[in-house]
Amino acid sequence: MSLIMGMSVLLACQFAGELLARGLGLPVPGPVVGMVILLVGLVLLGRVPPSLRMMGEGLLRYLTLLFVPAGVGLMVHARLIGMDLLPIVLTLVVSTALTLTVTAWVLDRLQRHYCRGKSE
Amino acid sequence: MNVVPLDQLWVYLSGNPLLSLLVTLLAFMVSVRINQALGGTPLVHPVTLSIAMLIGFLLLVDMEYATYFEGAQFIHFLLGPATVSLAIPLYDHRERIRRLLWPLLLACLVGIVTAVGSTIAIAMVSGAQIETILSLAPRSVTSPIAMGIAEQVGGIPSLAAGLVLLTGSIGCALGPLLFRVMGVSDPGVQGFTLGLAAHGFGTAHAFARIGAVAGAFSGLAMALTGLLTAFLLPLLARAFGLG
Repeated sequence: MSLIMGMSVLLACQFAGELLARGLGLPVPGPVVGMVILLVGLVLLGRVPPSLRMMGEGLLRYLTLLFVPAGVGLMVHARLIGMDLLPIVLTLVVSTALTLTVTAWVLDRLQRHYCRGKSE
Repeated sequence: MNVVPLDQLWVYLSGNPLLSLLVTLLAFMVSVRINQALGGTPLVHPVTLSIAMLIGFLLLVDMEYATYFEGAQFIHFLLGPATVSLAIPLYDHRERIRRLLWPLLLACLVGIVTAVGSTIAIAMVSGAQIETILSLAPRSVTSPIAMGIAEQVGGIPSLAAGLVLLTGSIGCALGPLLFRVMGVSDPGVQGFTLGLAAHGFGTAHAFARIGAVAGAFSGLAMALTGLLTAFLLPLLARAFGLG
């Protein structure tokens, strides 16, 4: 039963998130709002029920598999991708490298600065 | 006994969700094995490999993507509850995250502006079509959010979803390399950076290869990036004279 309990909690949060996102016309998808709802719930409850942890961590362990069906959809756009192949590859590689470098550098700097500032 | 001809059997099977579901799981299992055999190299990401294998399979048996998705949607559906369950590692590491809240928020803003700005700039300079540029723009955001953003600014949602996945696998390949070159060893910083630049792929990578702390920071970065990008991207696109 515990897996069913865990899944029900996750689906209920997603459902509430969908309702809230649609109802208020937020530009954010329902599952993300659902995540915020679950987080608030956990903070209020003060612990993670074992059934929820089992289901949630099970799903997160196979997170990458869940992206596969959407990724196969790339085949539908083969023509557009073929036309813009060079710009797409260039943009993906260079921009991703830039984003990683800048973010890691900024956060590393800020974190050191911040931790030192707090401990003094 | 009457044996059913093979082609009739195939007509039945290819219209059944069972086949695409099974093929997806098999392709993923084989890809994970191949990745392990190659020493777990991030250069051949199991997801990219599975996608390539499945596209090859669909072309070979002449199956439409829509038919395939009828079966595979059961896997796709689990993305929703999986996104919700990211709240669990976030809750587990709430103290650490709360202590670093301001640096994290600031790094997230800088990261998003870098990701979106450099994407639009490079794509424009290298001469991509306008739909491609707008579908590329949200590429560092988790796919359900990216699809929504692409639609909003005038890109193609399903193309955006695919480009998001490619970004994810490139991020996982480049990330560890860049961290080593830059001398960044803190698991929190590594996880957060991967989650920001490579969304769910980065988060999965952080959980599997770096650890639970990195995974939690990565999940946080992914959620925060998704939320903030949804608001910031339309403004940035307008700044570039698009949308």
